[in-house]
Amino acid sequence: MTAPEGTVTRYTTVTRLNHWLTAICFVLLMLSGLAMYHPIFFWLSNLFGGGQWTRAVHPWIGLVLVASYAGLVVQFWRDNFWTPDDEAWVRKFDRVLVNDEEHVPEVGRFNAGQKFVFWGMALLIPVLLFTGLVIWEVYFGGLTPIWFQRFAVLIHSLAAIAAIIIWIVHVYAGIWVRGSLRAMTQGWVTPGWAWRHHRKWLRQLAGGPR
Amino acid sequence: MPDLQSQDYIRRSASTLTPPKVRNHEAEVAKLIDVSRCIGCKACQAACMEWNDLRGEVGHFEGSYDNPRDLDPNTWTLMRFTEYENDKGDLEWLIRKDGCMHCEDPGCLKACPAPGAIVQLANGIVDFDSEACIGCGYCIKGCPFDIPRVSKTDHKSYKCTLCSDRVSVGLEPACVKACPTGAIMFGSKTDMTAWAGERVEDLKSRGFEHAGLYDPQGVGGTHVMYVLHHADKPSIYAGLPDNPRISFMVELWKGALKPLAVAGLAFAALAGFAHSLVVGPDEVQPEEEAHGRRLFGRKDPDPQPEPKDGGS
Repeated sequence: MTAPEGTVTRYTTVTRLNHWLTAICFVLLMLSGLAMYHPIFFWLSNLFGGGQWTRAVHPWIGLVLVASYAGLVVQFWRDNFWTPDDEAWVRKFDRVLVNDEEHVPEVGRFNAGQKFVFWGMALLIPVLLFTGLVIWEVYFGGLTPIWFQRFAVLIHSLAAIAAIIIWIVHVYAGIWVRGSLRAMTQGWVTPGWAWRHHRKWLRQLAGGPR
Repeated sequence: MPDLQSQDYIRRSASTLTPPKVRNHEAEVAKLIDVSRCIGCKACQAACMEWNDLRGEVGHFEGSYDNPRDLDPNTWTLMRFTEYENDKGDLEWLIRKDGCMHCEDPGCLKACPAPGAIVQLANGIVDFDSEACIGCGYCIKGCPFDIPRVSKTDHKSYKCTLCSDRVSVGLEPACVKACPTGAIMFGSKTDMTAWAGERVEDLKSRGFEHAGLYDPQGVGGTHVMYVLHHADKPSIYAGLPDNPRISFMVELWKGALKPLAVAGLAFAALAGFAHSLVVGPDEVQPEEEAHGRRLFGRKDPDPQPEPKDGGS
């Protein structure tokens, strides 16, 4: 996809494909997982062809998500290091919340909120993978002691709830900060968007401070 | 039994509504297994296979009378043999018929995520409805007695039904019918408790001072009970739990965490919605566009005539 002239490329085509593969997997895992978690969500299992299909397909989607998220980690980890700037940003979070970005320190490619989402998922997804393998009845059902299976299923639920809450924050941030969604669908942002939200990053792209 | 409306459920897995429970004028039943009268003939095992049309694969001899080695989707009851050396140094051959205990507070039912896949009938029987079973194995995690087994073929969980099909038409379970020594008795829970009392007295009079009834209260009592000559140490009977109860991890997972999790998700979503109503979208201002363009578009500092690059 060609970006209009004068715009800033934020995400490459590979990154976008990788992101949306992860997103599709996450949504499917959330729907199928919630169906098996609480009876008020069991009807969601109909989306997957019933309870048996939901139970059978959930772990496989999980494996795809793990591989896909690993791709995002490879592409994003450098830009997600925690820096003193992030602390300054967090201290001004009340300003961030009311769209008053003039009084928020300049940030690089990702702000502390985005880094929280990135590292939160980077921590929770391996936890979900390993606990999920333990409770994958078809292949690993009896391989671990029963107390460990109980522990794993409890941790799997807790980690999943935490991941979904992070996902809600992530999705809402994408709706709230106008222009972000297009960055992930079409790949580009306007210079003004970069100036407002990621000024340090824009300065880097423009070749040093000005 | 999904096709015959039984209307006598007192519990139904993964349901937030009251199950059809109008037929509740039923005596609670119990199977009483008198370990002291068991001769280990395995007639009960054979009768269970016979009545339920179960034929497991033939396994291998592994140095024990236990045959097959463990419960499996085709083996709903199993004689477990233990050679126990008592305090006097004498050998006691302990034989316990293992299988579902039909708990008053069933851990399997608590853990089950599939609506109606596990039900508890008014007579106390805990039954699996295989049509609704999704094969997740959560019942295994919930069970304090390690009883359910999920089939690798059809991905359904199986265990003793207490012959709910026979009991519903006034027959005793198949294992009870087949037992040649009267070691397995079946009737109302009250009658079986009374009968166990007599048996315990008899055993005590014969020197088994710790004889007693195994009806563990940690799971609210069970509808399969044992008369044990050593009721002070149930675990010598091939690992019968001394004080079975639903694991606290299962209680947490299926108890407090469920409403908390739903509340957490709802709160996160509502907080986002409220924020969007109160604060609204974070939009780039025209002067910021100008700043950005001045910084980024060094090559052409004059504003581009057309096309414009979108509104945000």
